[in-house]
Amino acid sequence: MTTSCHGVAGEGEVTAGQPRFALVGSPNAGKTSVFNGLTGLNAKTGNYPGVTVARFVGVCRTGGDSCLIEDLPGTYSLEPISPDERITVDVLDGRVAGVARPDALLVVADATTLRRSLPFVAQVLARSLPTCLVVTFTDELARRQGTLDVDALGEALGVPVLAVVGHRGRGVARLRDRLAEWGSWPTPVLAPPTDPDEVDAWAESVLEFAGYRAPERHRITQRVDAVLLHPLWGTLVFFAVMMLFFQTVFTLAAPLQGAVETVFGRLSELVSAHVGNRWLSGLLGDALVGGVGAVLVFVPQIMLLFLLLALLEGVGYMSRAAFLMDRVMARVGLEGRAFVALLSSFACAIPGIMATRTLPSARDRLATMMAAPLITCSARLPVYVLLIGLLVDPSYHVGPFGAQGLVMFGLYVLGAVSAMLAAWAFKKLGDHRGGLLPFHMELPPYRLPSPRSVLVMMWSSARAFLRKCTTVIAATSVLLWLLLNLPLHSAAELRAAGVDTTDRTAVSAYEVDHSYAAGLGRLAAPVFSPLGFDWRVNVGVLSAQSARETFVATLGQVSAAQDPENPARALRTMTYPDGPHAGERVFTAPTIAALLVYFAYALQCMATVAVLRRETGTWKWPAIAFTYLTGLAWVMAYLARTLTVWLGG
Amino acid sequence: MNSGDRHVDTEPGRTAAGPGPDGAHRALADLPPGARGRVVTVTDDGSSRTARRLRDLGFTPGTVVEVVRRAPLRDPVVFRVKDYDLCLRRAQAACVRVVEVRP
Repeated sequence: MTTSCHGVAGEGEVTAGQPRFALVGSPNAGKTSVFNGLTGLNAKTGNYPGVTVARFVGVCRTGGDSCLIEDLPGTYSLEPISPDERITVDVLDGRVAGVARPDALLVVADATTLRRSLPFVAQVLARSLPTCLVVTFTDELARRQGTLDVDALGEALGVPVLAVVGHRGRGVARLRDRLAEWGSWPTPVLAPPTDPDEVDAWAESVLEFAGYRAPERHRITQRVDAVLLHPLWGTLVFFAVMMLFFQTVFTLAAPLQGAVETVFGRLSELVSAHVGNRWLSGLLGDALVGGVGAVLVFVPQIMLLFLLLALLEGVGYMSRAAFLMDRVMARVGLEGRAFVALLSSFACAIPGIMATRTLPSARDRLATMMAAPLITCSARLPVYVLLIGLLVDPSYHVGPFGAQGLVMFGLYVLGAVSAMLAAWAFKKLGDHRGGLLPFHMELPPYRLPSPRSVLVMMWSSARAFLRKCTTVIAATSVLLWLLLNLPLHSAAELRAAGVDTTDRTAVSAYEVDHSYAAGLGRLAAPVFSPLGFDWRVNVGVLSAQSARETFVATLGQVSAAQDPENPARALRTMTYPDGPHAGERVFTAPTIAALLVYFAYALQCMATVAVLRRETGTWKWPAIAFTYLTGLAWVMAYLARTLTVWLGG
Repeated sequence: MNSGDRHVDTEPGRTAAGPGPDGAHRALADLPPGARGRVVTVTDDGSSRTARRLRDLGFTPGTVVEVVRRAPLRDPVVFRVKDYDLCLRRAQAACVRVVEVRP
């Protein structure tokens, strides 16, 4: 990071390093779209030292030069009431270690709520840094019969004022030009008052000078809210939206998943048909195409879920859902916005954990992050589908409901209830020094989000998932394949062990049973044998440690089934090769129940661990999450096994 | 608080509502949906942070606030203040003292 020149650079010209701008504004002012407009999508995320607040810095090209833009956490005031809000003030004052004081400031204010934002602008101007006011949503102001003379506002404030419609990209180019000449920005002749008793009168006089007329109420929002927040209709719509959400998981995405499956099936055939070398073909076909393919099958579903989440967020429904659910979340000590984060976790814990950024309280954020991995994410789905298929006969019905569906539903409920309890416990145990923060949340008017902003939001969530597939899962698959196929056995060795070398299946069974992976699986036996797992299941569970979905592909490889994508048939008849249970079936009801419950609780996702590390800034929280979830998984799995044995008589 | 008397005076119809300033004030949380109140003062709920934040959000003396609607379980409540919609829990809304304004 370049050290800033603290404004000693020559007038209008930057001599040393890149100038640094900080973006400040209230949470819904449109700061993020201004930031994205200026920096593109190449923001670097990090963490501020000592607090769990994500930090965003991006590079903005201004003509031939470039500058750094830092998007500070949204805040309503420069008088912080929480350690997180303090960060914004500390950065502005250059008090954060390793973060240089910005050279100039960009204050973002929503034109439709200027009456509320101007006191905040006054506080920022009192910082005496070169400042430019960026007014957003001017298009909406005009649509709702409001008026604002942007130039007059600049005159009244004594600083440059620009209108930017961030999500449409309008005004961004002019803002870029303005940034280049930051050294010659005018400064207010008279600093605005910051005394709370005077600032309202000052704001009114400024607004009058700028010909400001507040927008009419948004009639569509009023009408839609009358339904969506209605005690009865609002609740019904809420459940309908949740239904749609889960329908997406189970029904809408199915044909698309089928298509991806077909593509990877073809690819696998191509590999085995054209790659002669057994090793290369196995590595490419089984490990890469099979392993990564088994996971990429879920991309359509994840994309659809992210699209739905981005749409709900962009339209403004998420804050309504938070409003409706606030009372329920208050029961576990959280607030409505935590519900939105947990809802996202049904797609994947990664966007769920990232969504906790909207929570103003650090304690709430941590409690929600610790709970998010318990929500049934889509990575658990293939595992559940496989295991439930082994456990319950598809023709079995309880009343009108298929028994398989009921077990699946039960696992979703188990995850959600456990998450709520975990959040409650972490909130109770959490750091109480910060005290409780007053709850408040804006309900912005409903807006038709631009397709671009929805796609950007969807992509930023999906990117993490795709990266997981191409890195963590690909590496795990390859490693696992090697562990399963090494060491090599000579024909003489095989004959000596009494294996018919002309029988491919027998050879492969012997090889797998004497592989490094088998050794590893047997090593884990003392831990997992109380749960009824044999070494092959152990290998599956261990490989799923990097990503849950790997379990399905692993069992496919391990059971040496003809079709690695559908190992169910081979698994059903799998027996213990040795040990006290030799010859008995592995996948009995108690073992499957234990496995299902183990997967419901365990934190088997490297990507989640990495995101926890990134969002909290320390290894402490991922370590706590990993320990408590893995311990809980084992205990609950043991209970599930015991209960099933007892019920089965 | 003296500011309270001032506002009571600006509402001639309300002066008879109570003997002292507190008699005329009501907690914002007690107003029904559709009602409007002019902020008289913002009190603490044990920590000065709540009062400060409520002021930052626009609940400054003299501002007119409208109760828009309540959540299905009566809490939280949506208010319209300084041209935007904001939701608060009743506990926080109780810190805002208002005199009711007839439309």
